Amino acid sequence: MTYCLKCQDWISQSVTWSTLFLPSQQTSLCDSCNSQLVRINGAICEKCGRQMPSRMICDDCKKWQTNDKYRDVLQFNRPLFPYTPFMQEIITQWKYRGDYQLKEIFTPYIKKEIRNFYPTKSFTIVPIPLTDERHQERAFNQATAIAEVIATHYENSIITALSRKSSHSEKQSKKSRQQRIKTKNPFFLTKSLETDVLLVDDIYTTGMTIHHAAKLLKEAGSPNIYSFTLAR
Amino acid sequence: MNFSKTLAGKLLLTSELPLTKPTIDYLIRTDQLKQLPSITTKYGRYQCNRCGNKNKQLFANIPCARCNHTHLYCRNCVQTGRVLQCDTLITWNGTVPSWSLQAQPCYWTGTLTPPQQKAAQSITQAISTHQNELLIWAVCGSGKTEMLFPAITKSIKERKRICIATPRADVVRELFPRLQHAFPHTEIEALYADSPDRTDKGQLIISTTHQLIRYHEAFDVMIIDEIDAFPFHHDQTLPYLTDRACKLDATSIYLTATPRPEHKRKIRQRKLPVQFVPIRFHGYPLPIPTLKIEINLRKKLKQGTEPKALQQFLVTRSTSRQLLIFVPTIELLKKVADHYQEVAVHAEDPARKEKVDQFRQKKIKTLVTTTILERGVTFPSVDVVVLDAGHHVFDEAALVQIAGRAGRSPGDPTGDVLFIHQGKTNAMEDAIAQIKMMNKKGKKR
Repeated sequence: MTYCLKCQDWISQSVTWSTLFLPSQQTSLCDSCNSQLVRINGAICEKCGRQMPSRMICDDCKKWQTNDKYRDVLQFNRPLFPYTPFMQEIITQWKYRGDYQLKEIFTPYIKKEIRNFYPTKSFTIVPIPLTDERHQERAFNQATAIAEVIATHYENSIITALSRKSSHSEKQSKKSRQQRIKTKNPFFLTKSLETDVLLVDDIYTTGMTIHHAAKLLKEAGSPNIYSFTLAR
Repeated sequence: MNFSKTLAGKLLLTSELPLTKPTIDYLIRTDQLKQLPSITTKYGRYQCNRCGNKNKQLFANIPCARCNHTHLYCRNCVQTGRVLQCDTLITWNGTVPSWSLQAQPCYWTGTLTPPQQKAAQSITQAISTHQNELLIWAVCGSGKTEMLFPAITKSIKERKRICIATPRADVVRELFPRLQHAFPHTEIEALYADSPDRTDKGQLIISTTHQLIRYHEAFDVMIIDEIDAFPFHHDQTLPYLTDRACKLDATSIYLTATPRPEHKRKIRQRKLPVQFVPIRFHGYPLPIPTLKIEINLRKKLKQGTEPKALQQFLVTRSTSRQLLIFVPTIELLKKVADHYQEVAVHAEDPARKEKVDQFRQKKIKTLVTTTILERGVTFPSVDVVVLDAGHHVFDEAALVQIAGRAGRSPGDPTGDVLFIHQGKTNAMEDAIAQIKMMNKKGKKR
């Protein structure tokens, strides 16, 4: 007797002998929404983790590798879902409409996959920050929400080592790739870390945000920087 | 500054107020704005005071960065702006707005038929005697909008505030220019998601029912169009919203061609006053559906073979009219459309609007459709076929509405309506009985 988190329809779970005695895992989506939520599977780009026809490095990442400034700041990124229109809807509802509870859609996937993604086990989790104004407006930071889910399943601590300058508060989603690449680094360091770092954000589009953040942390002395995003 | 026109009768989140922080503070201090709690908790029950949601599953916790507490927010109305527990809802408590005095607001020059006039009179009377409710049971194509004009005229003269609520944005978009024409000097607003005609100070408001979430004791007259239509009778929130938007002594007028059983029961018990408009504006009776049984119909449809009944009908009908074929499911829609090489349309069709427009302009001869075209659309000269009329999506109301698509214009006031089924259902019989009852009532006068 639960509702689908996305479309608020009833979820009807079929009753079998096994579910009668052992209630099945709580599903947060109805069947039709669940079927639209596809995972990235098969070959991926080794750097950014997007779905590829074969295991290779995608064009976007090749551009990053030829860029002197950002070449080695990030080890790699691992996303969970391709950025499909359906995914876009969920993230819009979650982030812009502010339906905080939708993070529960991702929780089981994060829990399942996060351990297989990265070579080391101990690192500091750093969520990508929002500007203060936007944080007030949304009342939550979506990256922190993901980071908290990761932290509960990975026994690592979250440290908000970054802050965002308020003059660069334009939404990334309103800009083109060219405009994004040209933007100045919107972050500044509030704490320097000596450990490996896992950066957490909701979407990896051009990778600009993650690379900006990674560069600062790298310069401050973090040896290896990985990143995790929900969508690519 | 006078905010009463923009703020009176509204129920807004702080972020929705079109005012600066100092102005808001000033208005609260001078008691012109009242703050109400957004979410109340009592005995372990929650209620969102904006949408009325009481379902515990539709509340969730959020670690709020504004107040640094974890508290509730409402998931039911999150699409129209998030209600946080630490936020307050704001209503106007200042001077009552006064709408401009108009001696003759109505510029509509048409005339009403006698049955329309009778209905118009009873609406006007209900409003002037502060009657609580009135249901207008008017057949499809009886000219419901025009019947409202006298009552709207009178209300505007009396400087009352009026709302016409309807479940669908299409209807709002269609009504808005018509009413603007009829009442050119009245402040009219059209409210639906992303409406460009939102002025925030309408005396006459045409709105989808969802948009009433921002109103609170605002209207003297509430007219609800198609009260039986989905999602109105499906969603608990919507009746709550329309009730709240009414002033305490307001009059609610319900318009429908096919009342739901609950309303019919109230009519029978004489708890709900009703006014019939049993005849169309052109004065001809409603076409009565013919039933045709087809053995193994569902199997045939599944296999994609043509039902004989339909084949016969297609051969014998005159080709001067267009044809609407209603099917129960989208799956079947594709099969039938493929078989006849015809255009099909359903709710999630991106080209839905274009296809319907093309049909209206007679560029398409035949249109296969699901129940989305059952109501609110007018094509002048069509025949109607319902395939598998026994399917549960075709309830009594749907069948009456579908039959009501035929014979809409005075130039061609008849039309064939054919229900193909594999066994008569109560819905079919009740629908035909209802149509016959209306025709009988229409003949009497």
